[in-house]
Amino acid sequence: MATRTVYESGLDRFNRPSKGVNIIFNLIFILLALICVVPILVVLSISLSSEESIRQTGYHILPAALSGEAYSYIAKQGTMILRALGVSLFVTIIGTVLGVLLTASMGYVISRPNYKLKGLLTWIVFIPMVFNGGLVSSYYINANLLGLKDTIWALILPLAVSSFNVIICKTFFKSTIPDGLIESAEIDGASQLRIFFSIVLPISLPVLATIGLFLCFGYWNDWFQSMLYINNQDLYSLQALLNNLMSNVDALAKNAASMGVSYALLAATMPKESARMAVAIVIVLPVAFAYPFFQRYFISGLTVGAVKG
Amino acid sequence: MDTKAKSKRLRTRWRKQDVELTFLALPTTVWYILFCFLPMFGIIIAFKDFKISGGFLSNVLNSPWSGFKNFEFLFKSNDAWIIIRNTLGYNIIFIILSIVIPVTLALMIGMLHNRKAGKVYQTMMFLPYFLSWVVVSAVGWAFLSFDKGIVNQMLVNMGSEPINWYMEPKYWPYFLIFMNVWKGLGYGMVVYLATITGIDKTYYEAAVIDGASIWQQTRFITLPLMKLVIVMMFILAVGRIFYTDFGLFFQVPRDSNSLFNVTTTIDVLVYKQLKTATVGMASAAAFVQSVLGCLMILTANWVVRRIDPDSAMI
Repeated sequence: MATRTVYESGLDRFNRPSKGVNIIFNLIFILLALICVVPILVVLSISLSSEESIRQTGYHILPAALSGEAYSYIAKQGTMILRALGVSLFVTIIGTVLGVLLTASMGYVISRPNYKLKGLLTWIVFIPMVFNGGLVSSYYINANLLGLKDTIWALILPLAVSSFNVIICKTFFKSTIPDGLIESAEIDGASQLRIFFSIVLPISLPVLATIGLFLCFGYWNDWFQSMLYINNQDLYSLQALLNNLMSNVDALAKNAASMGVSYALLAATMPKESARMAVAIVIVLPVAFAYPFFQRYFISGLTVGAVKG
Repeated sequence: MDTKAKSKRLRTRWRKQDVELTFLALPTTVWYILFCFLPMFGIIIAFKDFKISGGFLSNVLNSPWSGFKNFEFLFKSNDAWIIIRNTLGYNIIFIILSIVIPVTLALMIGMLHNRKAGKVYQTMMFLPYFLSWVVVSAVGWAFLSFDKGIVNQMLVNMGSEPINWYMEPKYWPYFLIFMNVWKGLGYGMVVYLATITGIDKTYYEAAVIDGASIWQQTRFITLPLMKLVIVMMFILAVGRIFYTDFGLFFQVPRDSNSLFNVTTTIDVLVYKQLKTATVGMASAAAFVQSVLGCLMILTANWVVRRIDPDSAMI
């Protein structure tokens, strides 16, 4: 698995443009990189603007009057946002662990060449890649038949496994784990469960990390499951909360009103516009800090996925 | 002879390992049955006069068959052609742009003299890929909001009238295309850059000795060696041509009704009808999407196999 950065080979000495062209290329990339990053910084700056300045002159690229009132408001009235943060963290952690286990076990089983049901299970993994029941019937099965509506499992279970991840796992096990290793463990009398948990998983960390990261970002960023299955505000994730705030800035005030403060007073005094952007920043910050460190895993993960097994 | 007979016996009889492996695969198999295969049978809703009340199973079983009525309703509505035009139109543009732009940029970033700078650019350009559509929608709102948005502030400062962006369909195709490119750029670059760096550098060595210019090296070495990956990405995208990114078309325009004609795709329509409980048409639309999508994927796979048998899925 390639852990070095992707530039460090191939084009070192050859295929290099002249100095002038290089400068132009750099300028183009600086511009593009800014286009990708600046909008997020603008949202950050709005979240740090005072509500008064937003009300008078609207959003600005640089805050007209700096203020942390949105964040102190969020921290103070808390319950709703803290609860949403808790839901997001729970869903992300449990979902990732569960997803990795389900994916890796299936990947391992269909990578075993002599396993009796290998063909059948491979088809079970493969068919959903080509054909699916569509949104309507999935919705009714999940909500009504499986009873997931308004439960936290609606946010976790439907996203746990993807056939693409199973196949990445299978490819990895097949190409990197020597058959001899598993055979010798079998001869020593280890059960398959034991082989999987104490031999295969520990030496498969690269692929588990890749899939774990994909799942982790997927769960943290998911809003669609909430929109489909969750009506109960107590089960809102951060994304669902922001989604709600985007269509209705008063949503926060409504929640706070249930804590005994007058709704009208709150709606009039709370920092609505900046609070909305502050919730967006609460969502983005962990992602923005985490992904540069994990970028190389993603890159190698993408490359692993492209390798035919 | 002896080993052959032995392996045959092993293949027909259940060993302890087979039982254990089946046990290991059981949770995921159950997951697949519940979340992938049950919904496949739920497709019969499309052919029924489905009413939502009471128990789900009895509902599905007892609803009267309606034949192709749901499909008739779907295709008789004016919306059908608008959403098909939108779905295919945007996807064709996305497919072209998601190849041309990332390939060009990957070629350029691979040529930069300063590797560190390249890595920084790449990391910065990868950021939007990791944002959710809800966040992207908030970002869009910061710029396009009518009374507070930054774009309108600028327009007013320059002396023009502010524009109510979320009510003006004519701008939205450009916004949606821009957002899609913006979010997917970093990902595409990584895929193509991985191919470029995998190219054996002796090709370039030989070319330089023969006096090839940068342009010639790119034209005759890099691009031909990338062709396979480009074709593969193209075919995979074609296989998904009846599906769109729901978040892009629903969240970013904030479900604005005045934008219906330029932002509604099959996925958006299916979701909206599901939520307004016109289940019949929604399931008919989802059925058409699934079947056409399946056909597209199988065709695409068939084409891939003709080009490069090793890269085919099946």
